[in-house]
Amino acid sequence: MLGSRTKTVLQRLWQALPVLFGVIVVTFLLTRALPGDPAVYFAGPAADANSIAEIRKSLGLDLPLPQQFLIYLGDLSRGDLGQSLSTGQPVLTDLTTRLPASLELTFAALFLSTMIAIPMGILAALNPGRLVDHACRLLVTMGVSLPTFFTGLVLVFFFYYLLGWAPSPIGRLDFAYLPPPHVTGFFTIDAMLVGDLETAWAAAAQVFMPAVTLALFTLAPIARMTRAAMIQALSSEYIRTARAAGLSSRKVILTYALGNAMLPVITTLGMVFSFTLGANVLVEKVFAWPGIGSYAVEALVVSDYAAVQGFVLSMAILFVLVNLLVDVIYTLIDPRVGSEA
Amino acid sequence: MTESKTSRRGLLKGAGALALSAPMLPMLKVLPASAAKADTAVVVIGQTINSLDIHRKGTNRPSYQIAVNCYDRLVSFGTKTLPDGSLSYDYSTLKPDLAESWITSEDGKSIVFNLRSDAVFWDGSPVTAEDVKWSLDRAVSLGGFPAVQMKAGSLIKPEQFVVVDEKTFKINLIRKSKLTLPDLAVPVPMIINSKLAKKNATAKDPWATEYLHRTPAGSGAYKVARWDPGQQLIYERNEKWTSGPLPGVKRVVVREVPSISTRRALLERKDVDLSFGIPDKDATELASKDGLKVTATPIENCIYCLGVNLKFDAFKDKKVRQAIACAVPYEEIFKAAAYGNGVKMWGGASAKPTDISWPQPFPYSTDLDKAKALLSETAFKDGFEVPFAINQSLSSWMEPTALLIQESLGKIGIKAKIEKIPGANWRTAALVEKRLPLHLENFGGWLNYPDYYFFWAYIKGHLFNSSNYDNPEVKALVDETLHMEIDNPEYAPKVKRLIEIAFEDVPRIPLWQPTLSSGMTSDLEGYEFWFHRQLDARKFKKT
Repeated sequence: MLGSRTKTVLQRLWQALPVLFGVIVVTFLLTRALPGDPAVYFAGPAADANSIAEIRKSLGLDLPLPQQFLIYLGDLSRGDLGQSLSTGQPVLTDLTTRLPASLELTFAALFLSTMIAIPMGILAALNPGRLVDHACRLLVTMGVSLPTFFTGLVLVFFFYYLLGWAPSPIGRLDFAYLPPPHVTGFFTIDAMLVGDLETAWAAAAQVFMPAVTLALFTLAPIARMTRAAMIQALSSEYIRTARAAGLSSRKVILTYALGNAMLPVITTLGMVFSFTLGANVLVEKVFAWPGIGSYAVEALVVSDYAAVQGFVLSMAILFVLVNLLVDVIYTLIDPRVGSEA
Repeated sequence: MTESKTSRRGLLKGAGALALSAPMLPMLKVLPASAAKADTAVVVIGQTINSLDIHRKGTNRPSYQIAVNCYDRLVSFGTKTLPDGSLSYDYSTLKPDLAESWITSEDGKSIVFNLRSDAVFWDGSPVTAEDVKWSLDRAVSLGGFPAVQMKAGSLIKPEQFVVVDEKTFKINLIRKSKLTLPDLAVPVPMIINSKLAKKNATAKDPWATEYLHRTPAGSGAYKVARWDPGQQLIYERNEKWTSGPLPGVKRVVVREVPSISTRRALLERKDVDLSFGIPDKDATELASKDGLKVTATPIENCIYCLGVNLKFDAFKDKKVRQAIACAVPYEEIFKAAAYGNGVKMWGGASAKPTDISWPQPFPYSTDLDKAKALLSETAFKDGFEVPFAINQSLSSWMEPTALLIQESLGKIGIKAKIEKIPGANWRTAALVEKRLPLHLENFGGWLNYPDYYFFWAYIKGHLFNSSNYDNPEVKALVDETLHMEIDNPEYAPKVKRLIEIAFEDVPRIPLWQPTLSSGMTSDLEGYEFWFHRQLDARKFKKT
């Protein structure tokens, strides 16, 4: 017999298969429904009807849709996501270089933002309606209402352009450094793995400003959710009981209240993570970050079918995995969840 | 990434003069790249390089710079100094590149090229006539844009290219044309190391497109030291280059930075040496900054114009088109959309051209009374409504232009409704289906002849004739002049007539001739404008 947790995980993965197939079908159809014609676009400005037809044929776009779909499925089953026209690289290569870039940025941003948002949320919940609460509300409202590209540009303007404290906003590494050998794709980690602390430091310096920009944006959902969940937890009977039993307020707040309040916060974190990963296009543009969001947008603009499909598929897989992870974390935090999941 | 054969260690070692060994690296953390390395030029561009092979399907425009910097051609254009002191290629002089001399045969049916004896590819093998033939065969055989561009020079099939002996190469001409030699100097007919390429070709891919896509094999001024697609490309000087004086910098780093504001901040902080292709607004503002200079070069044979589509009923009447040409607020557009960068294409003195310079100002100026008068002579005197299409990806100039034109047309009773068309669909709508009644258009011809412009933009069915203009006289004149030598006594009168018809019929209303602007630090020398509007780093030098 498998452990009940392993069984749950396997079951969830199995349930994800139809979802992924649905995603494949829908993206395939949606990309084809885009108004642009990739053959015309990629034939170049001076192409004539002949050369457009040649390109359409070489892309396989002259075939009927069902046949194109079968070919696509066949390629997928061999792990071939096709060739991106706009970058000239296999989509798989693009994704394996760009996804780690986005993940590194998103993780850094979420780390910063949870480090600030959760304590802030707790403080606000402990003092509802007081100054701390208002200050917290002001900060998160500002964070969420300032568009990320604006925050990014303001940071660049002050800390790079005027003060010169931050390194050039020019991507994952400054000119003087070369990327470390690819292991995880996270430059900071890869550089440390080969003991190159200089490069690790440079990579961390590069990720700092875009991460702060994103962190400001993601503060709000996490802080608000922490506050709400904490207020609810603090007003529940078990807290009253714990207090009545004379437990220290530290123990009451951090162990009993926070432990119970974590479930919705973890859910929110999962959502914010998936959302940020794909949606930080503007931050990527401002900091020349070679991430997955700008890749997808560029591909979409020029009707680069293979790249769009590859992006959506990889995001769908990530979504499924993140949700799964969130559920597994639930069972760790709250033993009641495991049995009914 | 696997794109580059240069190892991390090797590239650092190659930094030469400064001998960047690992212990010195900490220093680079605090020094901006430009100050740390006098022999490295750092360039930022807004777009992305998607292939190292211009012949490949889907290769985008920014990638053409590889063909320029890494490959040589048989012939090249000279260089001239413009009145503002900046450098530009010189269309009027052809100079030797890999061919040291060339002779057109008496009967005009072939051209024989003598290759330079000292020319070698990067791997040290000599450049032979075999390589030239393979490369030109490839340019006409792979289809797509390269084939179209070759065709413009009457170069259409491999049978035209003949190896005479190791250092002698012959092109058999299908017709005598003034366009053939200049067309051999554009980026497309680059000379590839055919021995190396063939070694990496497969039965399915006889032209080694997969190999050359990632690994250039040329004889040009720079080799590609490293390519991280979507991020950067690093050129490294070819010390054995024989087609010109060695570039003054050892290495050129081209970084892709999508955000205009970030590019500008990088340049103003002087962390980069050159920001290639900056918006007109920045060109005006950066020019006055200390330690920076801006080069704004008018793009030859290119006009931003208002297309008036003859498929649309009202525009079939020449007087309506002329009325619109009189209603366009040229001066305001030039200020608001071009920030005064460019050459004015309005206010010409006479309805008859006095010379064959092209582009030249059309004889229209903003004159609403005249516009109203012209319109009142037509069946559309009460005005009409018309959709006005602009390309979303070019909205930086098209949007302000369209708004100003819309306002002005409103004053003579024409209601123009602005429609934004996404960049990916623009070409199909504007150039293939030619279905946009009123639209903005930006064609520029690589080969700098007025007849070449007319060939693409004024003949029915031709790609850039987005106005569906059709005039048998224009067709006949273009057919006669397209291949004719310009010193032929018949040439000038015929071209003048073409321009006169364009003045009179105005299916395309010129607004201004745009510029290509780049901002750079004042210690970077050797920036040169080319018709292909891509980076040419071959003359770079840092002082």
